[in-house]
Amino acid sequence: MNVDVVQDAAQAAQDSTADPIVLSITVFVLAIIVGYHVVWNVTPALHTPLMSVTNAISSIIIVGALLAAGPVEMNLATVLGLVAVGLASVNIFGGFMVTQRMLAMFKKRG
Amino acid sequence: MLSANMVELAYLVASVLIIFALKGLASPASARRGNTFGMLGMGIAALVTLQLDAVQNYAWIVAAIGVGGLIGGVVARKVPMTHMPQTVAFMHSLVGLAAVLIAVSACYDPVAYGIANAEGGLYLASRIELFLGTFIGAITFTASLIAFGKLQGLLSGRPLQFSGQHMLNLLLGVVMIGAGVAFCVTGAWLPFLIMLAVALVLGVLLIVPIGGADMPVIVSMLNSYSGWAAAGIGFTLGNNMLIIAGALVGSSGAILSYIMCKAMNRSLFNVLLGGFGGDSATASSAGGVVEERPVKSGAAEDAAFMIGNARSVVIIPGYGLAVARAQHALKEMVDVLLAKGVDVKFAIHPVAGRMPGHMNVLLAEADVPYDIVFEMDEINSEFADTDVALVIGANDVVNPAAKTDPASPIYGMPILEASKAHHVIVVKRSLAAGYAGLDNDLFYMDQTMMLFADAKKACEAIVQALD
Repeated sequence: MNVDVVQDAAQAAQDSTADPIVLSITVFVLAIIVGYHVVWNVTPALHTPLMSVTNAISSIIIVGALLAAGPVEMNLATVLGLVAVGLASVNIFGGFMVTQRMLAMFKKRG
Repeated sequence: MLSANMVELAYLVASVLIIFALKGLASPASARRGNTFGMLGMGIAALVTLQLDAVQNYAWIVAAIGVGGLIGGVVARKVPMTHMPQTVAFMHSLVGLAAVLIAVSACYDPVAYGIANAEGGLYLASRIELFLGTFIGAITFTASLIAFGKLQGLLSGRPLQFSGQHMLNLLLGVVMIGAGVAFCVTGAWLPFLIMLAVALVLGVLLIVPIGGADMPVIVSMLNSYSGWAAAGIGFTLGNNMLIIAGALVGSSGAILSYIMCKAMNRSLFNVLLGGFGGDSATASSAGGVVEERPVKSGAAEDAAFMIGNARSVVIIPGYGLAVARAQHALKEMVDVLLAKGVDVKFAIHPVAGRMPGHMNVLLAEADVPYDIVFEMDEINSEFADTDVALVIGANDVVNPAAKTDPASPIYGMPILEASKAHHVIVVKRSLAAGYAGLDNDLFYMDQTMMLFADAKKACEAIVQALD
């Protein structure tokens, strides 16, 4: 297979199906709407745990960091990826644990 | 190795679990289960990614997770609850930095991400996404560091302003976008690095003019940014999990910023322009010459007599309570009152602490049960039937001028209507002005008694007098 054939095939596929970015935008917009409704339902008393847990959640960026750190041959890209994995791990463990610690303090009377 | 479809489905499960984590926070009763869902979702997302063919570098990755996890775990265990705002700000900066590193890594080696075109370069769409992810991440990184420094007291909380500040920011913004567009067109390193450097500087410049009092808004806003940065990286990688999680966090932070702005009666734009909440600068301009007015002051014994014989007491705590480390002494006082059959409630203003919901956590830490703690909207109608409103370490949030004086800078700000209670006791060290630099009419009202003391000592003295 030469490059032309591959490009032609890719072009044909692109013409018949939606660009992946359009699907991404769809998911993005729907997720914002879900987030909007879920977050307005959060009781104001738990806004601090909300911030610490969303902090942990935004560290889902570790998925990208793992891909960057993935290749066995080390180069600048993998090293940066590994640092990013470490940073995201601080947040994931720190964020969820401190949230758990806070939530454990909220007790009912009696 | 799972098939591509299985991977996508696993990410879907993880996304749903993370939505349930946020949903659980609707009440303290379901919140801990929600948090467990969140951890589960994050675990699934990480494990699914680890088993991908592209990820082989296990030894180093496990080491990085181990080191990061250890640091995060220690921080989570040790950090005092009063330091939550700066801890959260610091963690935002880590997300921002991670986003920048991933973006640089993707530019350096697009093949590893499977986003390279036939020549091994980046597609235009990927370049645009990387541009967005990088500059949002970079601004989040440095802005959060400055916010952390201000909250931690490493930097002055005073707004730093100089002439031409906004013009400079605007100019840098234009340069950043220009360089970003150049990168999108050419895909070259130089404009990318210029864009990155300018974004890092811009993050610093955007936060320095903002005063300590506005930090709840800023921390919420950076929370939002960290989400958008994650979503930006998600677009680059075409990964729905990242896009969903990022969008959830982004909208969460945006809503919190809105709630905080509303609670302070400020627009987000007004907060971002900065200059509010100086240590003393605003006091002279806002108040002019403060005339001497008579106040009624009393001793702890008087306060103890009043609240000990009251039918209902509403306590209004402010950040001064936490500064004086008086939560536990206060809780002791509440226990004595509850044992005497007094109806005790807490009233929390949205900006009572240094971040949204901060005061609730500080009270929960002192073992105050959450079902006697009420939000402003829930309790404001009850003040007229309240025997004693006890204000401890709060000031501007109970200032009646917000309702009565159109000339006041805080006019229109929602307040706790303590002035409607039959009696008001204000525990305060002196008559000094609050964050907004205003005098407070509540202190001079007929039904008000001032108790000039440190919050902790006052609570301890009241407990002693009650026995």
